[in-house]
Amino acid sequence: MVGSAETGKDAPLRIEAMSDGEPATRVSVSRARRRQRRRLSVIGVIGELLITAGFLVFLFLGWQLWLNDIIVGNEQNHAAAELANSWTSGNVSLNQEDVPTNFGEPVVTPVPDNAVTFAVMYVPRFGADWVREVAEGIGVGDVLDTKRIGHYPTTQAPGEVGNMAFAAHRLTYGAPFKDINQLQLGDKLYVQTKDGYFTYSFRNLEYVSPRQVDVLDPVPQEGAAQATDRILTIMSCNPKWSTAERIIAYSVLDSWQPISAGPPAAIASLASSKG
Amino acid sequence: MYGALWEILPGPAWVKILILLVLLGVVLFCLVEWVFPWVNSILPSQEVTVDG
Repeated sequence: MVGSAETGKDAPLRIEAMSDGEPATRVSVSRARRRQRRRLSVIGVIGELLITAGFLVFLFLGWQLWLNDIIVGNEQNHAAAELANSWTSGNVSLNQEDVPTNFGEPVVTPVPDNAVTFAVMYVPRFGADWVREVAEGIGVGDVLDTKRIGHYPTTQAPGEVGNMAFAAHRLTYGAPFKDINQLQLGDKLYVQTKDGYFTYSFRNLEYVSPRQVDVLDPVPQEGAAQATDRILTIMSCNPKWSTAERIIAYSVLDSWQPISAGPPAAIASLASSKG
Repeated sequence: MYGALWEILPGPAWVKILILLVLLGVVLFCLVEWVFPWVNSILPSQEVTVDG
């Protein structure tokens, strides 16, 4: 019984030992083949290149639509805050309680040449530290793609009665107006120039065709009507991933205060301490 | 291609992985710093303005 069990164990071993040579050579041949295939296969290299290209496209999309907007947004916050600080440094009254609340008619800040930055915009709804530069003109290459907000040259200047219209990207290039559709009735939008702070109150959103230029009228869409309000019109593309429509956000001037009066309380930390 | 790269790299596996991570970092940096901005500049830009 014991002997036959031993032979039962031994038998397969012997068979393996006997046929040892053949499988070993097969293994080494297939290893060599695999190595050859790794180094030489054109199809394999093309395949790997294609997979790599696919990854690169994904990486680019992630960079363009997400990462770069964060990086550029931070840069822009910093640049705009610095500019605002250069206007305020030295002549800000720190004692806010003594400052009167009515400063009469707003000072009109004249707009500069094309592509020159002349204002800074604060919109708490777009983020607690959201600050962006506003430049003259709506050229794609010289203003909008430089991550700034553009001012329509045909529209009014800050402080002037009528309509002041801004445009900016909603996606990519820092996407200044990414959250334009999040504005809610009464939200404050602040525009600061070298002369003062203009506080606007958001009224309503509108969706129009890209050809509807009457949103830029002194009284939007009213043509020859005599303007009495100071309106801020900001716009971007809509829907978010398309250029089929434009999203328009209208706001009306609530109040203004000269630089010497200091920034409105809501943006005080951004307007004076940074930079 | 990547198989050949793995075999060309010297040292034990962990050294190879370390070298690959450094290479990957360099490649990513070049992409973000130069290649992606360049690609972005030749892609058509989005229109956001109204225009008769």
